[in-house]
Amino acid sequence: MLNTSPVLEFKSSTFFAPVLLLFNNDIAAIEQALQEKINLAPEFFRDSPLIVDLRELNKQNQDLDFIQITKVLRKIGFFPVGIRGGNEQQNRQASSLSIPIDTVREQGNPTIIGETQKQENIKQPHSQSEVTVAKEPAGPVSVPSVSVAATLITQPIRSGQRIYASGDLIIMSQVSAGAEIMAEGNIHVYNTLRGRALAGVHDNTAARIFCFDLQAELISIAGDYKTSEDLNKQIYKKPVQIYLQNHALIIKEIA
Amino acid sequence: MARIIVVTSGKGGVGKTTTSAAIAMGLAKKGHKTAVIDFDVGLRNLDLILGCERRVVYDFVNVINGEASINQALIRDKNCNLLYILPASQTRDKDALTQEGVGRVLEELSKEFEYIVCDSPAGIEKGANLALYFADDAFVVTNPEVSSVRDSDRMLGILSSKSRRAERNEEPIKEYLLLTRYDPIRVKSGEMLSLDDVQEILSLHLLGIIPESKSVLSASNAGIPVILDEKSEAGQAYADVVARYLGEKRPHRFIDGKQGFLRRLFGGKK
Repeated sequence: MLNTSPVLEFKSSTFFAPVLLLFNNDIAAIEQALQEKINLAPEFFRDSPLIVDLRELNKQNQDLDFIQITKVLRKIGFFPVGIRGGNEQQNRQASSLSIPIDTVREQGNPTIIGETQKQENIKQPHSQSEVTVAKEPAGPVSVPSVSVAATLITQPIRSGQRIYASGDLIIMSQVSAGAEIMAEGNIHVYNTLRGRALAGVHDNTAARIFCFDLQAELISIAGDYKTSEDLNKQIYKKPVQIYLQNHALIIKEIA
Repeated sequence: MARIIVVTSGKGGVGKTTTSAAIAMGLAKKGHKTAVIDFDVGLRNLDLILGCERRVVYDFVNVINGEASINQALIRDKNCNLLYILPASQTRDKDALTQEGVGRVLEELSKEFEYIVCDSPAGIEKGANLALYFADDAFVVTNPEVSSVRDSDRMLGILSSKSRRAERNEEPIKEYLLLTRYDPIRVKSGEMLSLDDVQEILSLHLLGIIPESKSVLSASNAGIPVILDEKSEAGQAYADVVARYLGEKRPHRFIDGKQGFLRRLFGGKK
């Protein structure tokens, strides 16, 4: 009766994994520093998948044997699952260990994108100037579409649910306590925000959180966070915007 | 095709089995052939509430394992001949249930019944997940207190993501709120969450408020679903719930303590 059911199915999902940024190629020092971190929160790091980010090292031309660092990481209980910003040899080593190489995001630093956008903005009016002068005021407001599409959600986000958006995240319904919403870009909640909201998760310090009714358990932008205990009573249950200024979270009521 | 209703809550002890028994009986009394299934394998209770514990021969797990036919395991209720009970196994655990097996049983019952009520166990483990997986409608049973509300909220998340309808991208499960053990006097004194407090968090379609009532306990102990006690507030409230579910418009009762004289008459004092 049920043998018509398919054996498998492909689905696209987003997973969350910590990224290990290395600033020094001294493997012994790395191991020691890691061990110290693990001792602080052994449960948190146990069997954790890990992406190794070598961009900084390679910027400083510090070479690192990827096979060796993988061995060390595995020894202390991590599961390295990816390499980012490796040089040619490191990438070869990674693929010999069947560890995926992140090439998409290699230059994906938000500030760099911002710069190229500006350049394009300057070029654009020139190419179009003769024909559409009247229609297109040369305002710097129009940004060429490099962005990822925003994610729109109209269903309530219930306790225990997690939402991840690679661009902006727009939520029309409430976000319950115990739910977690994350976006690489901005987060808009046009309803009550009771759960945890993390905007700019890939270090995008320009990201903001907007919500109609702030009752969040935790808010974070690019890793800087506040819990509900730290929230000022004056902005509780108010419509607010939240942004980052000199590594401080600013919460302002939207009047 | 039958309509499959799951009665669920996340938290234990809020009144899932009482509700399952009451609405299944209510639907049957309204002339709809109804089956009610106990998914709480290992902690069988529904048979007690419906007063058929001494007639259990085969159970749900026997049917799934092919050791008995559905008709051998179904128990016809002694108060209403349109109501049938499929009891849980008391000697097994939830791992005895399989998605394929549950699906097969529900499909077979669908041919014969108009409504199938699935009484979910507490928690968010296998038994609860299987009880909701095939559902068309969900009755979320919630008590007016914070932990129950949060567990219900969690359950709603699971309903909208882990059901068959969600997996197949079909129209989502219809979710209804049933606020049970509600005591207007304690709400007024601030000891208990009010309907508005609960709805602020859950914002669901309210199917009914079941007031805290002594008749629930005595009905359970007697093995007679409380809905048959037409004099009790809880019985009337469940009758309203069934009528509203079937599309009748009835105003909500028991929200504030206005039915004071009824309370005094039928022993609703705390």
